[in-house]
Amino acid sequence: MRKYPSRLWVLVLLLALGLLPLFAGEYYVNLSSQMLIAVIFASSLNLLVGYAGLTSLGHATYLGLSAYFSAWLGIKLGLGHAFTAPLAMALTTLVAMVFGWIALRATGLGFLMLTLALSQIIWGLAYRWVSVTNGDNGLSGLTRPTLPGIDLNVSANFYWFSLVVTTLCVAVIYQFANSPFGASIEGTKHQARRMSAMGYNVWAIRWITYVVAGFFGAVAGLLYVYFNKYIHPSVFSIAASAEVLLCVIAGGASTIIGPMIGAVLIVFLKSFASAYIERWTMLMGFVFLLIVMFLPRGLVFAQWPSWLQFKGKGHSKASGLGVKS
Amino acid sequence: MNWALEVTQLRKSFGNVMVTQDIDLRVASGERRLIIGPNGAGKTTLFAQITGEIHPDSGRVQVLGVDVTHESVQKRAHVGLSRTYQIINLFHKNTVLHNVALSLMGISKQRFDAFHVLKPRDAVYDRAFDFLQQVGLEDKAHKLLGEMSYGEQRRVEIAVAVCQCPKILLLDEPLAGLSKAERQLVQQLINELPKSMAIVMIEHDMDVALAFAEKISVLHHGSLVVEGDRDTVVNHPKTREVYLGH
Repeated sequence: MRKYPSRLWVLVLLLALGLLPLFAGEYYVNLSSQMLIAVIFASSLNLLVGYAGLTSLGHATYLGLSAYFSAWLGIKLGLGHAFTAPLAMALTTLVAMVFGWIALRATGLGFLMLTLALSQIIWGLAYRWVSVTNGDNGLSGLTRPTLPGIDLNVSANFYWFSLVVTTLCVAVIYQFANSPFGASIEGTKHQARRMSAMGYNVWAIRWITYVVAGFFGAVAGLLYVYFNKYIHPSVFSIAASAEVLLCVIAGGASTIIGPMIGAVLIVFLKSFASAYIERWTMLMGFVFLLIVMFLPRGLVFAQWPSWLQFKGKGHSKASGLGVKS
Repeated sequence: MNWALEVTQLRKSFGNVMVTQDIDLRVASGERRLIIGPNGAGKTTLFAQITGEIHPDSGRVQVLGVDVTHESVQKRAHVGLSRTYQIINLFHKNTVLHNVALSLMGISKQRFDAFHVLKPRDAVYDRAFDFLQQVGLEDKAHKLLGEMSYGEQRRVEIAVAVCQCPKILLLDEPLAGLSKAERQLVQQLINELPKSMAIVMIEHDMDVALAFAEKISVLHHGSLVVEGDRDTVVNHPKTREVYLGH
């Protein structure tokens, strides 16, 4: 049976997260903002990897493109954030539509290689198209948007802003994944042939999922560029795509909570390990190895003590939706 | 006459191997049709061409007078075609109820709904439960499919196909691999299906199959060699030749 966090737990968690800047130092507040961005990014990829069974090695494309579009529109065209944000998301989603159409010529390993190839094209463009992207120097001098009465340059304010956006994104992703359409996404993952015979357009379902994942990747990209006020082509690298994939797998794909836990863990490890260990990427690899060896389905499927487990509420008949975990 | 299913001059080859040779098949509304033939005769390939999983080299497939030859598999499901497979390919990690609900949503607009969380009390689950009651599977509704016996899974598979109220139901060896007791249950389920739907069945169990069929088509090497009612086909020398070699 699926495990759902109860509403009470979600409220307690949100309250705790909301109060965090009141007692945590600026470093930890900024670290938490990065974790929230990673949560959106990992949750978006989870739609593809976890729910649709389509493993992508090119998801960083959407975070990067959105960040670049936003930066470029602001710097080169002088547009304000009120225009750059929706335009960046729209343009990135448009690219996801085209790339999804190309990548979904295949499934499985073929899909993975196509997503990798497409992301590498964008990565190459970001490095070589200097007149647009400023090449290896990246685009700097960017600003954060201003909200009425709220200065997002203050770490705590940016954190709260990110928390609201992340909560909204995760709520929408949860709804999407657990809707009738979400049920059809999972159906195509397990029995594509049967789904067609039952009247579902398998290709369209996968394509829409790909585009929605790209859209939420774009949202993460906007927060990313607002946070860093700088964007560099390395954001498109294969390592960036692999890292978000690691978040999804480490936490537990095809669950809402899994990629969130994975994202928090990976950002935490990256920040702390890089401060103390020179070869911190080795540590990340080691952690990943341990998870794959001992918790192949991710941290959420581990046998935790009962007080740490999420308990479902209102799903006694559940069975209806029930997916055995 | 308005045929539920009309296959005209259907031809398909894989390389030099001709798997379907100019087959003509007409099934009336509500008819019970049996397709028999030795292994490799092309029965399942014929089904796959009717459902659109394999595209014929030439020929035409019409469902309820609508030419679906160039239509996708899912479009044919919406026209009124449903099928079962030789190897059950349902959703083993889900409950029986969810399997049926997924099938019901497949032909309704609800399948596009991405804005509401699907809850156990949703109308689609009620409809699925009602349907399971009709076919006597209500006590299995909340069981996970993967935890059921093969015979029970086969009954669920038929229920999943039938709940869409198709006009034509294609059953591909529904009794294969079942025990005697399980066969009786599946046979009973098939016999109780409404006459509003035409059923085309591939089956090797002759006792059951002949009792079911109103009309029989014999396939051999991709060709339709004999067609007619039970007595005509059983007594036809071609049938003996196909099965006994003389």
